[in-house]
Amino acid sequence: MIGQAGTLALAMALVVALYGIVISVIGARRDSPPLVASGRNAALAFFALSTLAVVAMEYALFTHDFSIRYVAEVGSRSTPGLITAISIWAALEGSILFWLWVLSLYTALCVWIYRHRHRKELPYVTATLLGIGVFFLAVLLGPSNPFAAVSPVPPDGPGPNPLLQNHPLMALHPPAQYLGYVGFSVPYAFAIAALATGKVDAWWVRAVRRWTLIAWIFLTVSIIAGGWWAYEVLGWGGYWAWDPVENAALMPWLVGTAFLHSVMVQERREMLRGWNVALIVTTFALTIFGTFLTRSGVLGSVHAFSESVIGPLFLGFLAIVLLFSTFMVLLRSRRLRSPGRLDSLLSREAAFLVADLLFLAITFTVFLGTIFPLVAEAATGARVSVGAPYFNRMTVPLLAAVVFLMGVGPALPWRASGRGALKARFLVPAVMGSAAAVIAFALGGGGFWPLLTFGLAGFSLTAMGSEVLKGVRTRVRRGEAGHLGALARLVAGNRRRYGGYVVHAGVIMAAVAIAASWNHRVEEEATLSVGEEMVAGKYSIRLDGLRGLQEPNRFAVVAHVTIEKGGAAIDERSPRLNFYPFREQPVPTPTVHSSVIEDVFLDLMAFAEDGSTATLKVVVMPLVVWLWISGGVMAAGTVVAIWPEKRRAYELVFARREVADAEGCEPEAAPEEVLV
Amino acid sequence: MSRTWRTLAGIAVVGGALLYLFAAGIGDNLVYFLTPSELLAKGPDAYDIPFRLSGQVEPGSVRWDAATLDLRFRLRDNSTSLEVESTGTPPRMFHDGIHVVVEGSMASTGQFQARTLMVKHSNEYKPAPGEGHPEARFPALQGRGGSS
Repeated sequence: MIGQAGTLALAMALVVALYGIVISVIGARRDSPPLVASGRNAALAFFALSTLAVVAMEYALFTHDFSIRYVAEVGSRSTPGLITAISIWAALEGSILFWLWVLSLYTALCVWIYRHRHRKELPYVTATLLGIGVFFLAVLLGPSNPFAAVSPVPPDGPGPNPLLQNHPLMALHPPAQYLGYVGFSVPYAFAIAALATGKVDAWWVRAVRRWTLIAWIFLTVSIIAGGWWAYEVLGWGGYWAWDPVENAALMPWLVGTAFLHSVMVQERREMLRGWNVALIVTTFALTIFGTFLTRSGVLGSVHAFSESVIGPLFLGFLAIVLLFSTFMVLLRSRRLRSPGRLDSLLSREAAFLVADLLFLAITFTVFLGTIFPLVAEAATGARVSVGAPYFNRMTVPLLAAVVFLMGVGPALPWRASGRGALKARFLVPAVMGSAAAVIAFALGGGGFWPLLTFGLAGFSLTAMGSEVLKGVRTRVRRGEAGHLGALARLVAGNRRRYGGYVVHAGVIMAAVAIAASWNHRVEEEATLSVGEEMVAGKYSIRLDGLRGLQEPNRFAVVAHVTIEKGGAAIDERSPRLNFYPFREQPVPTPTVHSSVIEDVFLDLMAFAEDGSTATLKVVVMPLVVWLWISGGVMAAGTVVAIWPEKRRAYELVFARREVADAEGCEPEAAPEEVLV
Repeated sequence: MSRTWRTLAGIAVVGGALLYLFAAGIGDNLVYFLTPSELLAKGPDAYDIPFRLSGQVEPGSVRWDAATLDLRFRLRDNSTSLEVESTGTPPRMFHDGIHVVVEGSMASTGQFQARTLMVKHSNEYKPAPGEGHPEARFPALQGRGGSS
């Protein structure tokens, strides 16, 4: 019953979406407001019907309607409520339904927010977003219908994959991933609208800035939360393995980041028109490619739910997207030539361009390493794998260059700068960077790449800090406010710029955390009898006991462990193995004693069935906690950057121009549209 | 014109350097997947070169010393099997007949020295008798108090 209702909602959404595409394009060509309004209403109806389908699925999950195959596969009467609610993304069909819903949400927000603006261009945005929706609806109504029936109806189900129901981060990582991935559809749709109307100046990059930042921050949070989940659940004591599914999330993030930087050059200097279109098309294509990699089953992983036929469909869609986008670009190739020119290599725009090239080089490296095994197997039949050392060796130098550039870029003025001024600007940061490397060395952080990373981090943080300090001092000198007040005004006056600085500080924090934890880990493994101790780094670990624990939805084997440092007990921890019904493999549930200095990671590897011994893995890693914190810092910086500027901002811009003149550098870009 | 040439030259140099780095990087880090019979067919040519082997754990062949963490078992495919040596804890519930992938290299003694060991497991729904009650697998651990 509810199954038919869900399928009907999806079928109606398909009809509405097709209607919306046709009517929007006709409305735009005839310049007919009633037709365009009808297209907009179709987009809103598309959202309403998708919502209905999601509600139907949630209802089926909560009422344990096992006549629906999806519910029979991921539901179970013993699964707790929260887990049941998030089971919508625990398997293939539900996750594509959720994807559709996120897309419909973005589409509805987009047409509603812009209902009075970009009158000529917006119908093409609507049509593009609905076009993507049609593909997902076709997948949902065809090979992976979440509302398909099962017969006979089973009395109970196995519950979602234990790996997914074992940790609360599963409530954060998948929706953030969808909001990020799908979010890049919006800037892509605007790029297509710009090409379709032939209006390829900077209007569209201004319009999509906030949308892109929203997609970007969700994807950032998702990548970090995914790493955190791997760290807390998978039990190998790490958060990143260059696994293809991780790379699938990283690649659109990298190209999206490049796009975020180069759009500023287009806004400011009318350069890079075609480049920006190419970047957002690539970003969007990589999100579809990533979905293909993770969902098609070509790779075995927790994300490839089961063998399915959707792989070829996604590849076909990817080919259509690339062909269509290339066609549109060629159609407008003449207008995509930028009027602006690069004046000097020592300028802000050149720094942005170098950053873009670095991001693309990293993406290219990751892409080749990821697809090489697939291509090699398809071409020669030989099964190969590309090891993590390849990715590390290739990307670490490029990432170090990115950290360096975060210090250089913001200090360079637009257009051109003199060499003399630069020397004075970078002297203090260079000294501080060297000091950071020396201190890290003294603290025991050896190795060329980690030391270089710490040094460059010190350099870039100091360079950014001195920029901020200079702005604050100028205001204080002019008697505007005290130091704190001046800082607040400085940030409020140019949220984009200083929000960006906060994000950069978060990225540098992540780079330091990764360099430290990756290169200075101590790993020990031993079988302990009850009462026995093992040593890892400065810590000794004692096994106090082992017991079984019956919980409503699982059975757990729990080791009780005391962590001691310098002879004193500092923490008691209980790493465990969770056994779920109908699952052969238990789910490791490591536990981490965290501090701002280092983490002690404990994992129960094996145990004697009489409870006399347990085999423990202990990993000591410095600064890991800062990687999770950096995600929060980047999110906070992004919020500062996208916060709507008030009317007052106009006045501040004029004040800033004066300040900038006094400093002998150019003011920042003029405030863009007041609202989104 | 000179500007265009300079740009092109720059792109060529950077692109060439990247391609070289890439080719060198990927070539050094490629690991081939083989089955035990494919590896044995290579004979001494395969000694000390890293490979990934996939196969099944031969029933009755697993020997694990919990004290030294020394693990030995035989890995087999349809036609043959070879001995694998590893240090570390076998993956949870490592049992006879399970499908595993080991990465390491063949020693001249004829044993495969594994550095890493992964279990290939499927998440497919497979009801098995008694499996609805995992606690039944560990009667000795049930109802045990906390610290003993």
